[in-house]
Amino acid sequence: MLVELGHFAMILALALSAAQAFFGLTGAALKRERWMSVATSAVTGQFLFLALGTATLVHAFVVNDFSVKYVANHSNSALPLFYRVAALWGAHEGSLLLWICVLGVWSIAVAWRGAKLPPDYLARVLGVLGVVSFGFLLFLLTTSNPFERLLPAAIDGADLNPQLQDFAMAIHPPILYAGYVGMSVSFAFACAAMLEGRRDHLWAHWQRPWTVMAWAFLSCGIALGSWWAYYVLGWGGWWAWDPVENASFMPWLAGTALIHSLIVTDKRGLFKSWTLLLSVAVFSLSLLGTFLVRSGVLNSVHSFAADPARGIFILSFLVLMIGGALALYAWRAPSLGSDVGFEMVSRESFILFNNILLAVATAVVFGGTLAPMIADTLGLGTLSVGPPYFNPSFLVPTLPLVALLSVGIHARWRRGQLSLSKQRLLGTLAIALVVGLGIVYGIYGSTRLMTPIGAVLGIWIILSSLVDPLLQLRKRIALPAGVLGMTVAHIGVGIFVLGITFVESSTIERDIALAQGQSHTIGGYEFRFLGVENMEGPNFDGVRGHVIVSQGSKVVADLHPDKRRYFVQGTVTTKAAIGAQWNRDLLAALGEDLGSNSWSLRLQYRPMIRFVWLGAAIMALGGVMTLFDRRYRTAPVAATANTQTTGDPVQAST
Amino acid sequence: MSAARIRQRLLAAVFAFTMLGAVALAFAVDNTPQFADPVLQARYYGLTHELRCMQCQSEALADSNVGLAADLRMEVHKLIESGKSDVEIRDFMVARYSEFILLRPRMSLRNLWLWAAPGLLLIAGIVVALRVLRRRAQLPISDDEVS
Amino acid sequence: MKRFLLPLGGFALLVVVLLVGLRHAPEREAKFVKSPLLGKPAPQFTLPQLVDPAQTFDSSSLRGGWHLVNIWATWCVTCREEHEVLLQIKQEGRVPIVGLDWKDEDAAAISWLSQLGNPYQVVLADRKGDVAIDFGVYLAPESFLIDPQGIVVEKQYGAMTVEDWRSKFLPHLTAPAKAGA
Repeated sequence: MLVELGHFAMILALALSAAQAFFGLTGAALKRERWMSVATSAVTGQFLFLALGTATLVHAFVVNDFSVKYVANHSNSALPLFYRVAALWGAHEGSLLLWICVLGVWSIAVAWRGAKLPPDYLARVLGVLGVVSFGFLLFLLTTSNPFERLLPAAIDGADLNPQLQDFAMAIHPPILYAGYVGMSVSFAFACAAMLEGRRDHLWAHWQRPWTVMAWAFLSCGIALGSWWAYYVLGWGGWWAWDPVENASFMPWLAGTALIHSLIVTDKRGLFKSWTLLLSVAVFSLSLLGTFLVRSGVLNSVHSFAADPARGIFILSFLVLMIGGALALYAWRAPSLGSDVGFEMVSRESFILFNNILLAVATAVVFGGTLAPMIADTLGLGTLSVGPPYFNPSFLVPTLPLVALLSVGIHARWRRGQLSLSKQRLLGTLAIALVVGLGIVYGIYGSTRLMTPIGAVLGIWIILSSLVDPLLQLRKRIALPAGVLGMTVAHIGVGIFVLGITFVESSTIERDIALAQGQSHTIGGYEFRFLGVENMEGPNFDGVRGHVIVSQGSKVVADLHPDKRRYFVQGTVTTKAAIGAQWNRDLLAALGEDLGSNSWSLRLQYRPMIRFVWLGAAIMALGGVMTLFDRRYRTAPVAATANTQTTGDPVQAST
Repeated sequence: MSAARIRQRLLAAVFAFTMLGAVALAFAVDNTPQFADPVLQARYYGLTHELRCMQCQSEALADSNVGLAADLRMEVHKLIESGKSDVEIRDFMVARYSEFILLRPRMSLRNLWLWAAPGLLLIAGIVVALRVLRRRAQLPISDDEVS
Repeated sequence: MKRFLLPLGGFALLVVVLLVGLRHAPEREAKFVKSPLLGKPAPQFTLPQLVDPAQTFDSSSLRGGWHLVNIWATWCVTCREEHEVLLQIKQEGRVPIVGLDWKDEDAAAISWLSQLGNPYQVVLADRKGDVAIDFGVYLAPESFLIDPQGIVVEKQYGAMTVEDWRSKFLPHLTAPAKAGA
């Protein structure tokens, strides 16, 4: 009964989302305050019903109610409680429910925090969010109902995919979705501004923190996914340009452009129409990601095509939402031009290049991901695109992006005065050259051209981000949170660049057969195989290998890679063992039993791989830090169209 | 085929779950004999990483643990051993499995749009940026906005 | 200000691409890729026969008449589903079926045929899988219809079904004009 109640709660939530959309949008259009306040109440009501509906499904998982089809298909009584709860988002239906719940949380946060916003603007924001919520709830209830019963009930469940029975995997979807879905808040702010026909740029000030927040979540979500793929899948890769990965990466790239262009719009009232377009684009890309992942149009995600209705539904929703927003844009944008200038060498122009290059990067990933479909449409035959295409192509826009970053953060607003920072720029570049080339040729040694370039640019970014804040600290000038956050985020970029550079150029990987007691040396590390032993877990059995890694006479890692067979699904999984240190990972994974105590093993040495995820996490941290800036607490009061924001501690001091 | 079916279902679960990341479930350890010559081994490594496993489709030959991938790795090994060039080996695979097997699309006229796209987009982007810059540089820089 | 309409136009193009993608989604899901062998001569090979390994079979014997080459194995579950259909095709007698037993154990294959019936005119043992690679097999079972000139004219991925046989394969056999093409 409980699950039926949950189902009913979702139907009520659907009704409330419709009310939220209708009263929010028409209330604002007709300037009826009562209607607008109904929208706010609808958000709260919708949230309560969503929570209730989700709770009943969680309950079904906890008590092992295998009369619920979704529970029977994705859980099992032998599954530990933690994973039984996480199994809720273990497949299509539940992850969609999670998506909707996350949207509910964002919406209620907007309704609550947005009390300071002009009521009609807030009503429009909530109205747009209501439309998004309505679309997804309708999708859930009509094509992907997780509350469906199974008759007769299953005796036990089919179990959760073993690979997903992992801590990082269990927490990864909520974080990633918080990022994805958060971009719909950004979208709603932009749409509200366009619907209202605002000609000022106050909306950019309001939209900024929400976008940065969502972007930080998205960064963490993608990094967690990459980390999980790395250590659970066991093949040592951390990014494969798989269409599914790209689906999350494209909104991130466009989102990164957006948080920068929002700064210019917020601060100087420039690039208004571009920022609005980007807001729409970021949201479109996350919707597109949903389409690509759940409709079966791409090879990586074939398994969802089972139901073409889903693809049709999302595509229709996409056409209505994005088509509508872009039509609105075409209508409003022409009146948003501004006659404010800036010089060739100024912060504005660097952010312009940042945006252009990030847009090109997004387009490259977009084109590569959709290439098979595009070739199909144009009748160009079969085509497949993998890492060997993406790796070099992606560098085309991102190399100049990374190279310009160090210079850009030293440029002043409005007027070019780079000459003032010339010394600092050249000084940091000189240090970066010495240190970077020293590391490349002194420690790692590489014949690739990109290695020294990446190393020097990475270090330069870190140094040139640090130099101004450090000089100011020495002069005892307090740094606003905005500047600190920006510095931290850019240091994250530098660390990220260093990580990629070294892991991509100096990784050593060997597949080798070793008998018990034999060893093999890669990159100065001796991997000694000490054999395997049987192991038993709660819902699996298997073998565990033992590999000792030593450098010189010192043992540096004690690795236990295992190979498991999960009872319920009969799946065999290999779990690599990783000896991690800040500057390198040593991996060993078991292949096959070759008989007579011999096994095939994959051994890897991956330098600096931790820097990749660390860099992403630091970027996200920097983003979150900017949210504590004073300027967001002393938000300018909404006023007439030509009011400009005053006082900008974020950049005025740089 | 049942193994492939299970894999497929697993992949489904992973993708549904994450929208991110899953590429291979159980990776492969390559049992193909290694070349003594590091140049040949490097070519082998490169080729097996740029040919797709047709059966699993979302991973390279080098990382796949299905039987056919092992056979094709062996085939690559044999072809290198018999003195075939990388181009000939790619042609060999394409003749049998179509261009779909190439993770690195060919630089052909048909694929020109794909390979030219990053460069052309970059140039177009720079042109647009310069036009905006030139226009903005001629406009008055109002100072009243920022304290 | 036409340039503000550009995003909408671009989006419209994207929708077209996505619609085409959606239409092809079932094939993609099934991992079907158009075989490059279609319209080309079938690969040449010489293989021992399963029942009598002393006797070999050369692909040149495929010339002069229509043949259906079917790649199967006892370890392939779908092959068992397909077997009944192959027996029906044999019964129909329109075309002889050449079986290619892919990376299999001879004994298992022989007992499979004696238990389930033998739809094949001749069964060849491709123990190392080399010929299967030449045929570009990756989703066993697969079937190739080869015309009297030795050209591959049709290919089936996965189990042959009665519907596919009737709609895709039989028309080739009943329209001799097409055979020369």
